Amino acid sequence: MPEKLFNVNQKEYILPGNRSCQGCGLSLAYRYILKALRENTIMTIPASCLTVLHGLYPTTSVNVPCLNCTFASTAASASGLVAGLAAMNRTDTTVVAMAGDGGTFDIGLQALSGAAERGTDFIYVCYDNEGYMNTGTQRSSATPIGALTTTTPVLTKQQNKKDMMKIMEAHDIPYLAMMSPSYPVDLYDKFVKAKRIKGTRYMQISAPCPPGWVFPPKDTVKLGRLAVETSVVVLYEIEDGKFRLTGRSKTLAEKGTRAPLVQYIEKQGRFKKMSMEQLGKMQKWVDGKWNEYLKRAEG
Amino acid sequence: MSEVKILTGNQAAAAAVKLCKVQVISAYPITPSTSLTETLAEWIERGELKAEYVRVESEHSVMTVCVAAATVGARVFTSTSSHGLLYMHEQLHWAAGSRLPIVTCVVNRGVGAPWSIFNDQQDSIAQRDTGWIQLYCRDNQEIIDTVIQAYRIAEQAYCPVMVCYDGFVLSHTMMPVEIPDAEKVNAFLPPYKPHTFLSPEEPRNINPVIFPSQRRDDLGILRDGYMEFRWKLQNALEGAREIIVAANREYAESFGRDHGGMLWSYKTDDAEVCIVGMGSLASEATAAADLLREGGIRAGVVGIRAYRPFPRQEVREVLKKAPAIVIFEKNVSYGYEGALSADLKAALYGTGIDAPVHNYIAGLGGRDVKAAELAEAVRASLADIASGTRERQTWLNCVTE
Ligand SMILES: Cc1ncc(C[n+]2csc(CCOP(=O)(O)OP(=O)(O)O)c2C)c(N)n1
Ligand code: SF4
Repeated sequence: MPEKLFNVNQKEYILPGNRSCQGCGLSLAYRYILKALRENTIMTIPASCLTVLHGLYPTTSVNVPCLNCTFASTAASASGLVAGLAAMNRTDTTVVAMAGDGGTFDIGLQALSGAAERGTDFIYVCYDNEGYMNTGTQRSSATPIGALTTTTPVLTKQQNKKDMMKIMEAHDIPYLAMMSPSYPVDLYDKFVKAKRIKGTRYMQISAPCPPGWVFPPKDTVKLGRLAVETSVVVLYEIEDGKFRLTGRSKTLAEKGTRAPLVQYIEKQGRFKKMSMEQLGKMQKWVDGKWNEYLKRAEG
Repeated sequence: MSEVKILTGNQAAAAAVKLCKVQVISAYPITPSTSLTETLAEWIERGELKAEYVRVESEHSVMTVCVAAATVGARVFTSTSSHGLLYMHEQLHWAAGSRLPIVTCVVNRGVGAPWSIFNDQQDSIAQRDTGWIQLYCRDNQEIIDTVIQAYRIAEQAYCPVMVCYDGFVLSHTMMPVEIPDAEKVNAFLPPYKPHTFLSPEEPRNINPVIFPSQRRDDLGILRDGYMEFRWKLQNALEGAREIIVAANREYAESFGRDHGGMLWSYKTDDAEVCIVGMGSLASEATAAADLLREGGIRAGVVGIRAYRPFPRQEVREVLKKAPAIVIFEKNVSYGYEGALSADLKAALYGTGIDAPVHNYIAGLGGRDVKAAELAEAVRASLADIASGTRERQTWLNCVTE
């Protein structure tokens, strides 16, 4: 792995001193995404923490062209960029849409589904911080069961997380991947690969969020690793329908060692009101997914 | 060479889009605008029109596609009606705020609940404050000519333009239409040159978060705050008056058809009553004026062509001698009166024009409006005015008891 790190594009596309929080998982991921995508990329982003990271007019901390769009319209905005570029005979530019889980799992789902069904030639990135963080930690359909949010402030979220990867896979698109900023080389490699593929590519990143998940900013990478160790987050890719575990998740599968979910849960303030019953339910959910992945990995 | 064909309003609009060499079209079906974009889809698939057609899953996405495609430099078009336009509402603000020259045909239709597919103008009037220029057409010839002018106007003013025309009454009614010569349209309408071209060669962030007040950029230059952006949009719409008038004048010079710039008038010079309206209703009013004149009442008509920017000066000029004004319109600003009536009265305020203004809400949800009914309403209003009633709001042909 360290060997590969030396091959990573050395150029920086996000300037230091951007407006994301200390220890923001999204900003870690974004840095590597842009390195992998390199030049000749156009971004489009909706209302979210990423908008804030991009900076306030008239300055920006990001050195790639970007069209900001409304909350529901990310994938449609990408569709417009793709069509406009085609009309201008500029089909070599990579169009990338990037939104949070709220902008993807919830309000943006219709436009994303439409764009994927049309086979629009673009990369869609969802950074999943499991809540509406930009508006102050409200629940989204990506929020896990048992989590406190400002709209589930007393009883915690009652439902399991929506399986967005499954929804996107059902669109029959050529490439999907699950990633974590705690494993930047895995993430980088997947984006390098995605850039080469034509059609709709869906990339989902689990992005630990210190204020939203309630943990110290210095622990972001550690928490992202714990998520993978407990298989709450599983690193994989689906290329032309072929499922493959990657990186640390692949190793875990080979060794048959997974940490219990509670190790991940106890590190986060958002789960402080989680009941034993909810913990059991979430463990069952995580185990179910893991076993499904193992089976698929065997082919 | 120009040629005359018998076309529906939607076919006339499609012909204009083709002549304007539109590069990206996105649309979502809704009656009565559907056949316009179906025609364009067919021409594109047959290779008769070279454009990208993006078949999206909603009108919200339609306008998003238009915004994004225009941002990378393409000339774009869409068309919608009623709920489709309402569903675009959020994006209409973004199109105008981004100062993009998007042209949209709005085939006017009533708005639910309850459902109606028939015509009134509540849909576009409800979008009045989104920062779009709104032009209303009275017949199919005006539709084709106005769409061509709309691109000229939009690309000079850097404001999006709605070309509004009445559903079914025009969209599905056939009339002879002269299709302008393609070469002459090319001369009238040069290719679109974007003010900001989003491209990797010169990275920039378009429409990011902005503060209320001005801020300095990295070079120390003071840049606009949110309010300055809004003021510039307001200024652009006010300034669009001259562009609209010039586009109409130059179009008349090249193509021999003058539809009036901001408004048109019919027999207003000696009028003892001026009827005011928009779209096909205004054209019906000319028939009513003729009926009234046959009966000895000197009636004239003012057809509002540009509703935004509002023809403030022009209505003052054309109505300055009118002893009485009767407005007919197919919309209502609930809790007040017809939107046109309110705007027109505001334009006359303080100018010394002191004519009584009567307002009729007519033809909502496709209720038929006949010239004879308009004439009858004008007669009733004149009798009322003679007995001293200066203001009146009436729902024409509506059984209110
Ligand atoms: C139509 C609309 N509704 C609500 C909002 C307010 N809003 C802005 S960002 C946001 C939450 C974004 O959440 P997510 O997509 O998960 O991204 P994150 O903030 O977590 O980065 C909301 C609700 C909006 N901008 N537009
Ligand atoms: S709230 Fe969370 S996702 Fe948003 S910037 Fe802060 S750390 Fe990042």
